[in-house]
Amino acid sequence: MTENRTSRNHPSRRGVVGGIAAGSLVLGAGGVRAQAAPIRIGELNSYGRMAAFAVPYRNAMQLAQESVNKAGGIKALGGRPLEFVFRDDGSTPGDAVRVAEELLTRENVSFLAGTFLSNVGLAVADFANQRKVLFLATEPLTDAITMAQGNPFTFRVRPNTYMQTKMLVDAAKAKGVKRWAIVAPNYEYGQSAAANFKKLMAEAVPGFEVVGEQFPALGRIDAGATVGALSQSRPDGIFNVLFGADLTAFVREGNTRGLFEKRLVVSLLTGEPEYMIPLGEETPEGWITTGYPWDQIETPEHKAFVTAYRAKFNDTPRLGSLLGYVVVEMIAQLLEKAASTETPKLVATLKDMKFTTISGPVTMRGLDHQSTLGAWVGETTLKGKAGAMKNWKYVDGTAYLHPEAEVKAARKG
Amino acid sequence: MDLALLATQALSGLASASSLFVIASGLTIVFGVTRIVNFAHGSFYMLGAYLAVTIVPWLLEFERSPLLFFAGVLASALAVGLFGVVMEVLLLRRIYRVPELFQLLATFGVVLIVQDAVLHLWGPVDIPGPRAPGLRHAVEIFGQRFPAYELFLIAVGPCLLGLLWLLMHRTRFGILIRAATQDREMVGALGVNQAMLFTGTLFLGAFLAGLGGALQIPRLPANSHMDLTIISEAFVVTVIGGMGSVPGAFIAAVIIGLLQAFGILIFPKITLVLVFLLMAVVLVVKPWGLLGRPDPAAGRAVLPEGIIDLKRFGRREILVSAGFVLALLAVPVLGDSYKIKVGIEILVLALAAFSLNFLIGNGGLVSFGHAAYFGIGAYAAGLLVTGPLKLPMEAALVAAPVAAGLAAALFGYFIVRLSGIYLAMLTLAFAQITYAIFFQWVEVTGGDNGIVGVWPSRWAGAREVYFYVVAALAIPAILLLRHIYYAPFGAILRAARDSANRADAIGIDIRRHRWLAFIIAGAAAGLAGGLYAFSKGSIDPTMISIAMSVDFLVMVLLGGIQTVTGPLVGAAAFHSVKDFFMPLTDFWRFFLGLTIIGMVLVFPRGIVGTLEAWRSRRRTEGRP
Repeated sequence: MTENRTSRNHPSRRGVVGGIAAGSLVLGAGGVRAQAAPIRIGELNSYGRMAAFAVPYRNAMQLAQESVNKAGGIKALGGRPLEFVFRDDGSTPGDAVRVAEELLTRENVSFLAGTFLSNVGLAVADFANQRKVLFLATEPLTDAITMAQGNPFTFRVRPNTYMQTKMLVDAAKAKGVKRWAIVAPNYEYGQSAAANFKKLMAEAVPGFEVVGEQFPALGRIDAGATVGALSQSRPDGIFNVLFGADLTAFVREGNTRGLFEKRLVVSLLTGEPEYMIPLGEETPEGWITTGYPWDQIETPEHKAFVTAYRAKFNDTPRLGSLLGYVVVEMIAQLLEKAASTETPKLVATLKDMKFTTISGPVTMRGLDHQSTLGAWVGETTLKGKAGAMKNWKYVDGTAYLHPEAEVKAARKG
Repeated sequence: MDLALLATQALSGLASASSLFVIASGLTIVFGVTRIVNFAHGSFYMLGAYLAVTIVPWLLEFERSPLLFFAGVLASALAVGLFGVVMEVLLLRRIYRVPELFQLLATFGVVLIVQDAVLHLWGPVDIPGPRAPGLRHAVEIFGQRFPAYELFLIAVGPCLLGLLWLLMHRTRFGILIRAATQDREMVGALGVNQAMLFTGTLFLGAFLAGLGGALQIPRLPANSHMDLTIISEAFVVTVIGGMGSVPGAFIAAVIIGLLQAFGILIFPKITLVLVFLLMAVVLVVKPWGLLGRPDPAAGRAVLPEGIIDLKRFGRREILVSAGFVLALLAVPVLGDSYKIKVGIEILVLALAAFSLNFLIGNGGLVSFGHAAYFGIGAYAAGLLVTGPLKLPMEAALVAAPVAAGLAAALFGYFIVRLSGIYLAMLTLAFAQITYAIFFQWVEVTGGDNGIVGVWPSRWAGAREVYFYVVAALAIPAILLLRHIYYAPFGAILRAARDSANRADAIGIDIRRHRWLAFIIAGAAAGLAGGLYAFSKGSIDPTMISIAMSVDFLVMVLLGGIQTVTGPLVGAAAFHSVKDFFMPLTDFWRFFLGLTIIGMVLVFPRGIVGTLEAWRSRRRTEGRP
């Protein structure tokens, strides 16, 4: 096989389109003093179709890459700078696997990172397994990546669906609400969040029952009918997994019809700026949610990050930005510790490795390759005309990982 | 269930129905007059919403009055209408003379361009619109609160229906629209300025789409995915109602709205597939939709769109083709492993596109759902190697075309009973039903996550070897299909396409032949799907999605439906262009769309079709 062929650039074709696409074209590291050959890392994500998440994510990665390189690159590797090669994954597994191939053979990257959609993440993970290269699945939430479909070369950074649901169940169980309705987008993420919620609540709250469930197709919710169907089941609590445009439509309709009044609402991801910003002045009060209260986190490292991010991009950070920054921090520390870019060394080093990041200490559990990066759990509130989080705390992921016995049963291989 | 619930669900359903009708009415008018399958209609809808969330809040700064709100909505819709005019004048007008399907290709290019332009102009964050002043509140109905704005929307549908009726029956423009919908040639023959009529129609259609989008802003945030979510539904409404029939679209929208509102009470996951199920049922029972009429042109001898002049290869063509095949076979020797991967994909896509044109170009059966057979092949192969059976790749590659052929036999049995756009939409319905089954049957298919670990047998694991496996199956399959073009069976299909009546009169069982053609094409697509699955290592529902079907269609059209080899060139061109732009920019869809439009304008009959037209013109000019 010819995968280690040196990377070939196409300056002429880049030049042609580069002129037209100047604003959007991304060419690796900016302004690096490249005495040593950079360490190239292939980052593929849905920069086009999922730009609300992916562009802030990439921004923060570039910010972090700059700061690593300014500080002298990866010292254990003779000060080699980091260079991320960003590619759109086309938002389908078919495209993503081809792009991954291109990154490996043409761009000569040491390993792969990224992906947003779960099916894309799983396909790239399996590709990495086949090609025996490291894949850092940064954003996809599906439990399968670290459980049933886990493989030796794939590691996941974000807290998965199970962990985030469990955090919410922990925060909500003390309220003693028993009659629940569930509304979730009809695809794997929604279904598995709903299943996790039912299982965990049944264990935590005696007498827990689900009186209504709605699974609108992703991106095409019929908000009026869905709200009507939910209120008909007369629940005392609602577990919401909707996000994006579906969420905004659902919240507006629910507000007008009074669906959320005198009901406890528990909602995944709603506190993330990506989904909170479009809610605007419709942001409901007192939903228990996971999110990212970026403006209220007072640790010096995080404040420095926010200042630098705002200065560079003239925009506020999103959860994607935080994740992107944390991922680069982890990658830099990994390379320092492994002092190598060889896959076996990287994989071995990653297992149970401890990292310090702007959101606190993180461990990559060796058992299932799931990091212990946590999430902020709190309540939604309206501040002026924009949504915010209140009464929040950072919940470390360690206590919320899948139980070891379950992992061993799921990852037979 | 109590009365109050029934009432509010019915009202919710009617509000959605109204919204759907506003959009679908524009689509059906445009189709009725111009026969353009306008994919860009969803983009117009999205533009309407984005313009409205920009214009309306700005107007409301002056005064929070309902008047200004609706003035903003109308202004947005008018702006979108002008955009429709621009598209007609700059793009569609140039290609009215070529087969109608090529206009679909042009509108698809517009879809891609608008998608990325919207992202670039308005940014990726969803933009919620303001609530309508005066209609912010809820109204108490049977003790249940119901949004006043949705009551207003319920009224919009019938009002618009009435206005359109007046337009159609009381104005000269409307009468011309109706006349053109019934018989376009006759209208032209009577000296009506068709260009003006088409421009006016596109304006009206785009205006209605923009209005539909602008009216949604108090309910839905403007977002960059709304074009694709609405377009298939809008098509379904127009088809169920009967293409070209505005009242039909209204009835269909009401049925869909109500079914949706009550359906989710019983089947909470039904929204994924409901509209397509309904469309399949309606088309099987009423082949022209509820209020549609058989195409008057169907009985007339019209110039068929497809392969007319089936040339035999001369020595030069054989040499050129052999050269191409040899160059392709040399890819693993000369190229890096990424080139090999792209080569595999082009071979696979070429086979799929070729099998699609066997239906379109040769049989006159336009399929909007060819990905169904491609996907079923992929799933059959993938499930056999990963499932409980753990069969080897060789067996899976045999099973892939068989499974797809069986599915094509089942669906084709119903599909071949229809014709024209209705046939195309039924193929789409079956494809979406297949998609929904594989999407929802999580225990077996892995749902939308799909199934990974679909890799070739060990001996074929190396990319070079797998390339030759693909070549050894795809090239003979293409040659076999090509042979059928020239065989009597192929000629019969063309005869049935060009004049069903005459073919029938000489004793040809048209349906049976078309059915067979469907099965053959399905099986070939299934083989392509199986090969594709092993090249990707995974299967998932995107392989059956509308987007995939549209990609196949685009490949066929880019190459040219009037030529045998066109789809092969089209597949290679489309995939290469996409592969060229993807690594360069996030906005690769924009450049892909631009390239498609450029190709439509330069090669209005597809690449190969236009090249052949040039050649034959040169030849005739050369004669004394």
